[in-house]
Amino acid sequence: MMAGLDFKTPVTKEQEDETVVTHNARLGILLFVVYVLFYTGFMGLSAFHPAIMSTPVLGGLNLAIVYGFLLIAAALVLALIYMMLCKKSSQGSKK
Amino acid sequence: MIHNSSAIAVAIFLLFVGAVLGLSFYLGAKAKSSKDYFTAGGTIHWAVNGVAFAGDYLSAASFLGICGMIAFYGYDGFLYSIGYLAGWIVALFIIAEPLKRLGRFTFADALDNKFNSRGIKLTAAISTLVVSIFYLIPQMVGAGALVQPLLGFPHFVGVITVGLVVILIVVSAGMVSTTWVQFIKGSLLVGLCAAITVMILARGISTSPKGADGTFAKIFARDVQLADLTKEPAKAVIPPSSAWTNKPYVRILDKATGSVSVWKTEANGTLFETQSITVFKDGRRLVNGKPQGKSEGQEDLKPVGYAYRLPDGAPETGPLGPLSFFRTMQNTDVILWGSDKITEKDGSVTNIYYQKPTPGSDFLTPGSSPTFKKVRSNKFSDKLDFLSLMLALFCGTASLPHILIRYYTVKDQVSARKSTVVGIAAIGFFYVLTLYLGLGAMTSGMLDVTDSNMAAPLLAKSFNEVLFAVISAVAFTTVLGTVSGLIMAASGAVAHDIITNYLKMNLDDFKKVRVAKIAAICVGLLAIVLGILFSKMNVNFLVGWAFNIAASANLPALVMLLFWKKTTKQGITAAITAGMISSLGWILLSAQAYKDVYGIDPEKAIVPFSQPAIVSIPLGFIVLVVVSLLTAKKGERKTAA
Repeated sequence: MMAGLDFKTPVTKEQEDETVVTHNARLGILLFVVYVLFYTGFMGLSAFHPAIMSTPVLGGLNLAIVYGFLLIAAALVLALIYMMLCKKSSQGSKK
Repeated sequence: MIHNSSAIAVAIFLLFVGAVLGLSFYLGAKAKSSKDYFTAGGTIHWAVNGVAFAGDYLSAASFLGICGMIAFYGYDGFLYSIGYLAGWIVALFIIAEPLKRLGRFTFADALDNKFNSRGIKLTAAISTLVVSIFYLIPQMVGAGALVQPLLGFPHFVGVITVGLVVILIVVSAGMVSTTWVQFIKGSLLVGLCAAITVMILARGISTSPKGADGTFAKIFARDVQLADLTKEPAKAVIPPSSAWTNKPYVRILDKATGSVSVWKTEANGTLFETQSITVFKDGRRLVNGKPQGKSEGQEDLKPVGYAYRLPDGAPETGPLGPLSFFRTMQNTDVILWGSDKITEKDGSVTNIYYQKPTPGSDFLTPGSSPTFKKVRSNKFSDKLDFLSLMLALFCGTASLPHILIRYYTVKDQVSARKSTVVGIAAIGFFYVLTLYLGLGAMTSGMLDVTDSNMAAPLLAKSFNEVLFAVISAVAFTTVLGTVSGLIMAASGAVAHDIITNYLKMNLDDFKKVRVAKIAAICVGLLAIVLGILFSKMNVNFLVGWAFNIAASANLPALVMLLFWKKTTKQGITAAITAGMISSLGWILLSAQAYKDVYGIDPEKAIVPFSQPAIVSIPLGFIVLVVVSLLTAKKGERKTAA
């Protein structure tokens, strides 16, 4: 049997509190907007001011490297924040 | 370049690939049915699943393509790392949770769940097929790039081998790339890359790097005067034929040996040594005027890649720290390589690979590669290619058919979130390493000027053969896993979505599987052909195209379905069709396709830049909104009547 063929397998849905769902969705969109702004800043600088990206900014490293690494780190930090705040919301609703 | 294989490397490679394949078969065989497969996933620990995310996502393109692009051009390759990771933000914050609430994790099923429309089923299935095939191409090209230096086979043999092995796996065993196999591959890839990074830092940077066998890399001549090259009576300048007129090259014939050296004239009038390979219509190949080979009287292209001026004029740096490595590279001048092609009237083609001394301050800022050099132009329109690619990478991850399925394998939303965070950590850590790996390869003295995709395995080879064999094996099994998964997804789209759901053909399980197997063979063969056809392209660039198509065809439909209540089934169908056709058409008419696929002058390309997302994603949204509004009005009118 080619197991990967059947995507119609029933999936058990979790019981969810509507307020928790709304809270999580809002939080997700908020954090998404924060990251989009950060990412847009990088795209804008790279596309329209590439020379600025060669400026040393932190420990002698240029802005391109620092900003690039910060974007990668920011994805992880925002994901952690999301996870932690979502959990709090869930616990709160249980109380 | 001709690559020699070593018995120990081949043995380790075969052993490793055999072990992983064996494990895949064993675990795959345990999943007797689709139900088993998915429900078994419910028991997977979130941490294991998170690393498996990395195993799924870090395809051959991430490892081979990004490292190759950084090794050849610098920072521009790292832009892909940033974009690929950023895509997870869209997946985590916007798409994953609402999709989980719908109880579905594939694009087609989420749409189908709400509308049950045949039009959506067909377009979603075709979209899955097209994206899968475009994602397959770089995997196949990457497989060829791996097999070439390891086993010494030509590129096309690698592509055919992978294609046939995967078809065999899918058809005979119905292998599912299980979570545990992806976990093992993901951990090994990230772990090995971390180990190589430590070795790069410990080795430092040298102006005369040497390989694992102790031989020093050839240092190519620079700033030479023509008079010095023709001092000996046996050496003479070859008068330029029509194809060489007005080109910045001087050819010098050595009458004693018959070899022809090509020198590039620089702006200051001095000459830089190049490497050239001429391919005649009858298939003969001459390297620097001599038959290509490793024997006496033959010549082969030399490995390249070294720093030619370190800070303070030192010959080598010694061990470096993680930050001082970048600081040093920023202040180091490196010999990068460019290429040029000259076609003679008799049909023979000479590819010239020439030195490009480049300061670190230049290659460590955006715009140093041919792909993105236009960001340094002052024209707004020149920057669209870059902006478009970054948009496609950002939006593409959440639109890839095979990525979100992994959320099935954990028991609840909390576990799904936790595993995503682990996945982002593992993938992000790997992408940080790509900059070390790429720059390490750039100065390793081991690069093959003809193929950027081989940079990472050759970097490993510069340390030792065992590391080279293991890293090649891990990358190769990653290709096998990804290709199997993609062929399964594509054949599933044909058997399940098109034949059963769209054409309403009532097939029993046996017939359905047979149709899927036939589809798998067709898709596999198509992938082999395309893998050979696209062999000269950087695999990363090809993945970029797959992201463009996925984001254009799928994202508008997915986002609007989840967040806009007026979305209609006609709007969805139209948006998928418009996004897919516009992005695919754009890519096929782009300068990059003209140059690397059709071999036509890229100046004749119809579309102004190569990455369509900036046009085709908004087009998808606009089409969806317009068609939804038009069709919703019809519905309302009917209801009113």
